[in-house]
Amino acid sequence: MFHRKSFRGGAHPREEKHWTEREAIQEPPLPEKVIVPLQQHIGTPAEPVVQKGDTVLTGQLIGKTDKFVSVPAHASISGSVAAVEPRPHPLGTNLLSVIIESDGNDTWVDTVKSDPGYKKLSANDMKNRIQEAGIAGMGGAAFPSHVKLSPPSEKPIEIAFLNGVECEPYLTSDHRLMLEKSDEILEGFRMIMKILGVKRGIIGIELNKPDAIRLMQDKTASIKGISVLPLHVKYPQGAEKQLIKAATNREVPSGGLPMDIGCLVHNVGTALAIFEAVSSSKPLIERVVTITGPGVQSPKNLRVRIGTPFQAVIDFCGGYTESAAKLINGGPMMGISQVTGDVPVIKGTSGILVLDEKTAKLMPEQPCIACARCVDVCPMKLVPNTLAKLVEYKRIEEAHALGVLDCIECGTCSFICPAKRNLIHYIKLGKAQWAEQQRKAG
Amino acid sequence: MDKTLYISPSPHIKDTDSIPKIMWTVVATLIPAGIGGIYFFGLQALWITLIATASAVITEILCQKILKRPMSIRDGSAVITGILLAYNVPPEVPFWIPAIGAFVGIVIGKMVFGGLGYNPMNPALIGRAFLMTSWPIHMSVFKTIPRGGTLSGIDAITNATPLNVFSYAKNVLAHTSDYTTEQVTEATQAITQIYSAHGDLFLGRIGGCIGETSALLLLIGAIFLMYRRIIGWKIPFTYVGTVAILTWIFGGTEGLFSGDPVFHVFSGGLILGAFFMATDMVTTPVTFNGRLLFGFGCGVITGMIRLWGGYPEGVSYSILLMNLTTPLLDRYTKPRVFGGK
Repeated sequence: MFHRKSFRGGAHPREEKHWTEREAIQEPPLPEKVIVPLQQHIGTPAEPVVQKGDTVLTGQLIGKTDKFVSVPAHASISGSVAAVEPRPHPLGTNLLSVIIESDGNDTWVDTVKSDPGYKKLSANDMKNRIQEAGIAGMGGAAFPSHVKLSPPSEKPIEIAFLNGVECEPYLTSDHRLMLEKSDEILEGFRMIMKILGVKRGIIGIELNKPDAIRLMQDKTASIKGISVLPLHVKYPQGAEKQLIKAATNREVPSGGLPMDIGCLVHNVGTALAIFEAVSSSKPLIERVVTITGPGVQSPKNLRVRIGTPFQAVIDFCGGYTESAAKLINGGPMMGISQVTGDVPVIKGTSGILVLDEKTAKLMPEQPCIACARCVDVCPMKLVPNTLAKLVEYKRIEEAHALGVLDCIECGTCSFICPAKRNLIHYIKLGKAQWAEQQRKAG
Repeated sequence: MDKTLYISPSPHIKDTDSIPKIMWTVVATLIPAGIGGIYFFGLQALWITLIATASAVITEILCQKILKRPMSIRDGSAVITGILLAYNVPPEVPFWIPAIGAFVGIVIGKMVFGGLGYNPMNPALIGRAFLMTSWPIHMSVFKTIPRGGTLSGIDAITNATPLNVFSYAKNVLAHTSDYTTEQVTEATQAITQIYSAHGDLFLGRIGGCIGETSALLLLIGAIFLMYRRIIGWKIPFTYVGTVAILTWIFGGTEGLFSGDPVFHVFSGGLILGAFFMATDMVTTPVTFNGRLLFGFGCGVITGMIRLWGGYPEGVSYSILLMNLTTPLLDRYTKPRVFGGK
């Protein structure tokens, strides 16, 4: 077919994958301490079940919850609890965290063991293991997976997606996972499809990962129902709404979710974690992170224990370079810049990006010249320059009417703006002010 | 090991284009037409351009000093205003014309509204409209015969541009009872002759304002701007297309559908206006349909003025009038949001 499957809008930032796309995943030595926040997910925070002085084993429950939209937290190393107190969190503010000092042994709790009969588990049993393992979406949003896998019965799911697109520049953790853990990922995907009761699975991968595409195509050739969809390289193809649009030409309704049109999307890292949870009751206590950028001496892909401080990870990569000037949790388009290296790797940390002075230097905002590049690139077909102006002039109702809540905060508009306006900042502010207004009114 | 870290909202990488880069690129693409102006009309074209540009730049610097605003000269937008103003005046104007025109354009067209980004109408066209209304004789007398060409496309007529000829002849043919038979025949012949001067019109071997005559040199610059995505196709193509269709249907001497669209597209300031002034980003809509309607509206007004109005040329006024509709167009052509109804 001549028609190329894609979505309207988008931009082409430099891919910058060459720093780490050929680096096989390494495992650094255990950190001396871990800081495990009790909230690394969307929903209710977990509550601590340990206190200062307690001894814990790797994989042991340290934060429990009885709310549905929530996940528990687990110790990612064995050792003793040094404190349970608020600590800096990569998404801003200080949150209650459990600080564990390692005893160097990495002794696992005995509930984590391989279950050869896992294929006979019912959908509900699988979901229980997923919930108990504390799994949340690892593409970055960290939505509790067992909740995602429980759509209401009036919203039947037809297609399950596996998101191997990884459209953010610099990041390669999903790429390496697909190359090195393809069997486990596919088994996890099959579990997802079994839980949802769907027959059709689509794996989306951008064309800048030809080796991963080939490998996944080989592995799924004999699996009926699962196909690989190579996608044109364009940011933000990996956003779930844009992935669904490119694959099916269906649009998730405004204010709705993918399940409203019969679709559900999971990151490849999440699929791997689901496999490990269902087949061995292993909780989510480690993940692959890409440590990269011109500010790091030796960029790598590492399998890191949740709670490891950023600084420890960077030190393992040779430390900062002379020009290091900005530390980011995530990728360059949507990541959050950090004030300190003393924040922990959390379940949604797909990358630790260190940018240099030249890239990080702040550029002053100029007035909007209505060039409309932001309008042309917006994947949600919004009018970002007008939204930002409305928020700037405190006209929040109008911003809401114009669709400020539909923004997925991908950053493409701010990226392309020649006046260097912080459009995403104003839009996020507008969303927060709208929510505040609703809270006060209702 | 404490590093001082930058903090900012996402995204943390930005595209390399900037406002100065865009503006100076537009200046560069206007240079071919300027060189053409000097070749066809002589050194006075150069002096007019330099005076207009200097006047625009000095005016902006003075305004920003008086209003205590940060200096923004380096972004190149005042230079564009000066050049465009110069390209819109006849070659034999006294030097105080471009000086005053640029001054008015910058002050009333831009600075009183708050500078770049806040003006509702095209500054260069504000300057030109002011000159046209205040000194109509100076602005509508064309005497300089372009090198290698004719003033009107017809050797015998040396005091009118092709559009002047068209306007006069169309008037005669619309009121044949008021004229002698010879005059009517002359008018018909004149139109036939200018309609066959396509080559001269395209190259610029024709009378007119110093920067508007050479469609070829202007289009070279415009194509580069479109390749660089600094201007789009929507406004220029709908503008030119609408003028072509209207003049084809109504611009002929043998009833409907006998007009010459090629003549009208390449004569007067249409190419300069459609590609370099109707595409001014600040004063035009940002939405897809808004831009199409803007180009269409400009085309309708230009067509109407040329075919039935009192002026031979309608480009400046049509763009200024459509500039005023930009906020309205933006409001009523909002795109359907992804996932919306």
